[in-house]
Amino acid sequence: MKSVGGGRRPTYKNPETKVWLDLMAAKGWTAPEWPTKYGGGGLSRQEHMILQEEMARLKCRSPLSSFGIWMLGPALLEFASEEQKLEHLPKITKGEIRWCQGYSEPNAGSDLASLQCKADDMGDHYMLNGSKVWTSYADYSDMMFCLVRTDFKNKHKGISFVLLDMDDPGVKAVPIQLISGNSPFCETFLTNVKVPKVNRIGEEGFGWTIAKALLQHERTMIGDLGSHQELAPLSVLAQKYTQSQEGKLLDRVLRDKIAQIDMKNDAFQLTMQKFREETEAGQPPGPAASMFKYYGTELNKEKYELMLNIIGYQSLGWEGELFNETELKTTRDWLRTKGNSIEGGTSEIQLNIISRRVLGLPDGGKR
Amino acid sequence: MALVLNEEQLMLRRSAMDFCKNTGPITHFRSLRDSKSADGFSRDVWKQMCELGWAGITVDEAYGGLAFGWQGLGVVMETLGTTLVPSPLLQTVALGASLIEQAGSEELKSKYLPSIISGDTLVSLALEEEGRHRPEMIMSIAEKNQDGWIANGRKVMVTDAHVADQMIIAVRTAGESDDTHGISLFMVPQDDPNLTITTSLLVDSRPVSAVSFNNLQVNDGQLLGEIDGGWKFLDQTLDKGRIILAAEMLGIATRSFEMTLDWLKEREQFGVPIGSFQALQHRASHMFSEIEVAKSAVYKALTALEEDPSSVPVLASMAKAIMGELLYLVTNEAVQMHGGIGVTDEHDIGFYIKRARVAEMTFGDSVFHRDRYATLQGY
Repeated sequence: MKSVGGGRRPTYKNPETKVWLDLMAAKGWTAPEWPTKYGGGGLSRQEHMILQEEMARLKCRSPLSSFGIWMLGPALLEFASEEQKLEHLPKITKGEIRWCQGYSEPNAGSDLASLQCKADDMGDHYMLNGSKVWTSYADYSDMMFCLVRTDFKNKHKGISFVLLDMDDPGVKAVPIQLISGNSPFCETFLTNVKVPKVNRIGEEGFGWTIAKALLQHERTMIGDLGSHQELAPLSVLAQKYTQSQEGKLLDRVLRDKIAQIDMKNDAFQLTMQKFREETEAGQPPGPAASMFKYYGTELNKEKYELMLNIIGYQSLGWEGELFNETELKTTRDWLRTKGNSIEGGTSEIQLNIISRRVLGLPDGGKR
Repeated sequence: MALVLNEEQLMLRRSAMDFCKNTGPITHFRSLRDSKSADGFSRDVWKQMCELGWAGITVDEAYGGLAFGWQGLGVVMETLGTTLVPSPLLQTVALGASLIEQAGSEELKSKYLPSIISGDTLVSLALEEEGRHRPEMIMSIAEKNQDGWIANGRKVMVTDAHVADQMIIAVRTAGESDDTHGISLFMVPQDDPNLTITTSLLVDSRPVSAVSFNNLQVNDGQLLGEIDGGWKFLDQTLDKGRIILAAEMLGIATRSFEMTLDWLKEREQFGVPIGSFQALQHRASHMFSEIEVAKSAVYKALTALEEDPSSVPVLASMAKAIMGELLYLVTNEAVQMHGGIGVTDEHDIGFYIKRARVAEMTFGDSVFHRDRYATLQGY
């Protein structure tokens, strides 16, 4: 999901986009629940929900969506020092700095805590060497929040959380082409990258705790992706591509399957809404995030598989004039959904977390 | 929009949980089953439920009800589902009282609602005529005569007919056999000599009846709603029944899952609790996710009964279809994960899968409700 708006080298769809961003940022409504002193709107959860309802009613789009708002900001609010909050949060809310995430490494995927990117202590700064993978839009980002190893003897407690500048000459971001043909991710190589110690969040060795809290925000966000797609309803698609009589789909099996996915989708949206009603502003989502991530991404995959079934042969195009734009996009998006149940912790990792942290099932050993 | 229970509803839930613990634990159901109770429920327990006001939860205060709302009845039914407490709440209150209150004359309302609330009148709806839920398919006929109408027909899968004081029968007074127009509803005393009630036992140990009527005389005073115009009320009432049944199903699913989870932690094989095996953990976590999502569908439908009547049909079908699928998953997994003990009569889990299947099919299974949902949504 690409960041919208902002950054040191911003590109806007049109001049109005920038006006909308600046006006909303001035009210703090790019991050409505953050305290006003950090550039937020200072709204309660309920007030935020009213704002969302009104914006939806007026068909307003989100003025700014970024990893800074969804992921880093909440973690900074919870773990950063006052100076760090005042330094970084307002730049996020105004869209001045775009952030990317440096978590996974080529040899640290599901077992994230085995990461090896090292940070050598150089007195007033760290020297970083290693590589990060699946850094979303690293090639468009200004800064990276990054997990590094400050101690090789301690697996979890040897990890620290630092903020690095992507303009450092030692940073090289190389886009990765996915099965969908797009390159939303990069592999990012870090060679003698300097990070001032004031850019470490929390104590040295405290990074894993921050990382886990931040992941909960990421997982909730990924689980909710399906609801942000501006898609035609499945039934409308089926009315277009399959036979129907006065709107009623004649393929009974397909119709049943569509109703099943529609209902699941409605019920899942209600579950997210219920969760938002139950939690207060600023409260981290907790292990429930794993449920949202698991359910939302698996459901979205099912939905896209069904879309292919509905569209039929026209869903099999890769490029060329025999296929229209929507058909080609659906095919690419179908392939992209395969990554949703992998990034931010695989479905299997989420099920592990639910087992242990929600259901209290005993630990089955090494994982 | 309340997807989260308020303080009053939480108090009601606590009171229902106490009730299930002290008066209606699962051993209560087992002893009813073992004693081959002819009623299928305990009159004494029903009396206590009425003393708590549960029979009047949804009924207007003018008739002595609590006007606490459908979410209240939903909370009670969900809780009763956890220990499978059998009671006339679904038939007499969710269907009977609701139909009388919506469609009955002032005379019928003031005659029956107070005595339903006090527990003295039980009501049973005789609707189905086919081997699966098709509420508009009514071939039982009532023909006009000088005293009113004379009815002939046969109803199946009638719950509580054997204990009811009043039957509500759906008959055709006009139209073809599957028209929604032409259906009329009459209240009939259960002991009318022209009614023949044959009762058998369902797999969930609850009695079920076939009800035949032969030249049964009914008149204007027994009519609920208008002649030929019963469908509107029937449809609305069935949705209430579906949603309340979905709440009971949620309780059944939740408890089956809890029992399974306890077993996974307790049962040891290969020297460790079986719940430490990832193959079982992932299936348990998947069920947990499905339960959470289904819960939202049920609560939303209950809320809509109070706040948004126009969305009730869609949400009722959604809740019933989703709960049906969930219960199928959870009860099958529960029996499988219990292993050998799960297929013995000694263990309670078998009661849950049996009740589950009856609830799944009653008032429409998941396929029925997906079809209805699609139709309501215009495809």
